[in-house]
Amino acid sequence: MPNISRDEVAHLARLARLAVTDDELDMFAGQLDVILQSVASVGEVAAEDIPPTSHAVPLTNVFRDDLVRPGLTQQQALSGAPAAEDGRFRVPRILGEEA
Amino acid sequence: MSEYTHLTAAELAAKIQAKEVSAVEVAQAHLDRIGAIDGTVHAFLHVDTQGALSAAKAVDEDVAAGRPPASPLAGVPLALKDVFTMSGLPTTCGSKMLEGWVPPYDATVTRKLLEAGIVILGKTNMDEFAMGSSTENSAYGVTRNPWDLDRVPGGSGGGSSASLAAFEAPLAIGTDTGGSVRQPASVTGTVGVKPTYGGVSRYGLVAFSSSLDQGGPCARNVLDAALLHEIIGGYDPLDSTSIDAPVPPVVAAAREGMAGDLSGMRIGVVKEFAGEWYQPGVTAAFDQAVATLRSLGAEVVEVSCPHFDYAMPAYYLIAPSEASSNLARFDAMRYGLRVGDENGNSAEQVMALTREAGFGAEVKRRIMVGTYALSSGYYDAYYGQAQKVRTLISQDFAKAFENVDVLVSPTTPTTAFKIGERVDDPVAMYRSDLCTIPANLAGTPAMSVPAGLSGDDGLPVGLQVMAPALREQRMYKVAAAFEVAAGSLVNKVPSLEVVR
Repeated sequence: MPNISRDEVAHLARLARLAVTDDELDMFAGQLDVILQSVASVGEVAAEDIPPTSHAVPLTNVFRDDLVRPGLTQQQALSGAPAAEDGRFRVPRILGEEA
Repeated sequence: MSEYTHLTAAELAAKIQAKEVSAVEVAQAHLDRIGAIDGTVHAFLHVDTQGALSAAKAVDEDVAAGRPPASPLAGVPLALKDVFTMSGLPTTCGSKMLEGWVPPYDATVTRKLLEAGIVILGKTNMDEFAMGSSTENSAYGVTRNPWDLDRVPGGSGGGSSASLAAFEAPLAIGTDTGGSVRQPASVTGTVGVKPTYGGVSRYGLVAFSSSLDQGGPCARNVLDAALLHEIIGGYDPLDSTSIDAPVPPVVAAAREGMAGDLSGMRIGVVKEFAGEWYQPGVTAAFDQAVATLRSLGAEVVEVSCPHFDYAMPAYYLIAPSEASSNLARFDAMRYGLRVGDENGNSAEQVMALTREAGFGAEVKRRIMVGTYALSSGYYDAYYGQAQKVRTLISQDFAKAFENVDVLVSPTTPTTAFKIGERVDDPVAMYRSDLCTIPANLAGTPAMSVPAGLSGDDGLPVGLQVMAPALREQRMYKVAAAFEVAAGSLVNKVPSLEVVR
């Protein structure tokens, strides 16, 4: 049976890149506990020899012909960017972060 | 209100071709209706007046020039769920994360609608990223159920279904990951269809749970849904999970069903879909529906699908797991919201601050549940086990369809619930999807058709009809026959004129 602590919620939030507030940690700890207890019943099903289904329709890799197709222009691709500079996406620093 | 807002899509298309009314007049009648009542209902997030009128004008020009119609629904207005992209119009998915985002491309469904001469009125409200059963998780406010404005219209596609019940549109498009087309249809007294997985392209449909998401038609009657289904369905090379097979002949099946004869059909009642969570009025309406199916000549038998009891827990592991992965794309870098890009914050800090600010509580809950279920140490017990249960549910369907042509159940265990009633109880909200989830897990088609009003509260009840993969024609035939016998609810929706 899961028993989700506040610290575990904080860990999940970090993994999921969610800067949750202290109030949310309290709320989500209780709710996640209830949700995970309610779904834990999948463990009651005897399924040792059952193959898993990731996808309802049997599919193998789908390829298309390697042809040039119209795509977005640079302007279109940048049209929704939160910040752009010199025709590129401008992003916050990604180097020099503390390890 | 205009008489044109109360006609069926098929009738409107015929009148437009016969020059009894212009497509522009029809579009304007619906835009006027939206203007008059959508402040109350709030089915729409964006209304595209100019786009709708110019699309209608193009249809009128075709008619005037004597050109054949682009489709059997040319000139008919439609409400598009705000989860499909349409270039030039915002796509928000009901989220602050995408506020103001205007996609630079059309979804395949959007393109097919436009090519068919369908007049897109605007984009409809929904639970954020399609996660929810009430449309209360929209960041842009609740949609109200036209049957009772204090109640939810279901979800996630509550805006699409409410627009139909409010006569703001005769056609709508929804998406169904765990019931988001069928459950809103049920609680608004309308028709909603989840096609076979892969039957309608997902290209341009913002992903929630990719192995389950499926777009589908919504309408006020079965024939209109069938006509729309044949327009949006079919193989799309831009969706690698699209099925390369013809669209099942659902229009012919609906017309055949309208003759009201189901003799020779075997219908299974799923015995697991009953019990403590089912409202007595819903159960009574369902029993009446089964009696109606028998009176139409169908042979009705009880069938057991023992693993359906585990469908909801399996779904609420698989869908959040896929969502936690899919929604990682909202990283504040290429499009959408960006928060906290100051004081030398790193990309990772900006990402976390943006996702905190941009996502609502239910989306955060599901991302964290999915992150948990996919964590090493928990993966086998949760996600892995849920995938095995998914196999068993598919096997239950396969076994049942050896003996019956279609399965039936209530669409959802209760009628429309009160706004606010379940927002603080996620698991109670999740139970709205008890009957709809198995078809998503198995990839099989299913639809909801109105089955009268519940005796205990006078609100609509839906009959769910489920068929084997790519055998949609069976459920359309049954639903169309049932609709004729049970009577439509169209003329029973309370008039919203009085609440303005």
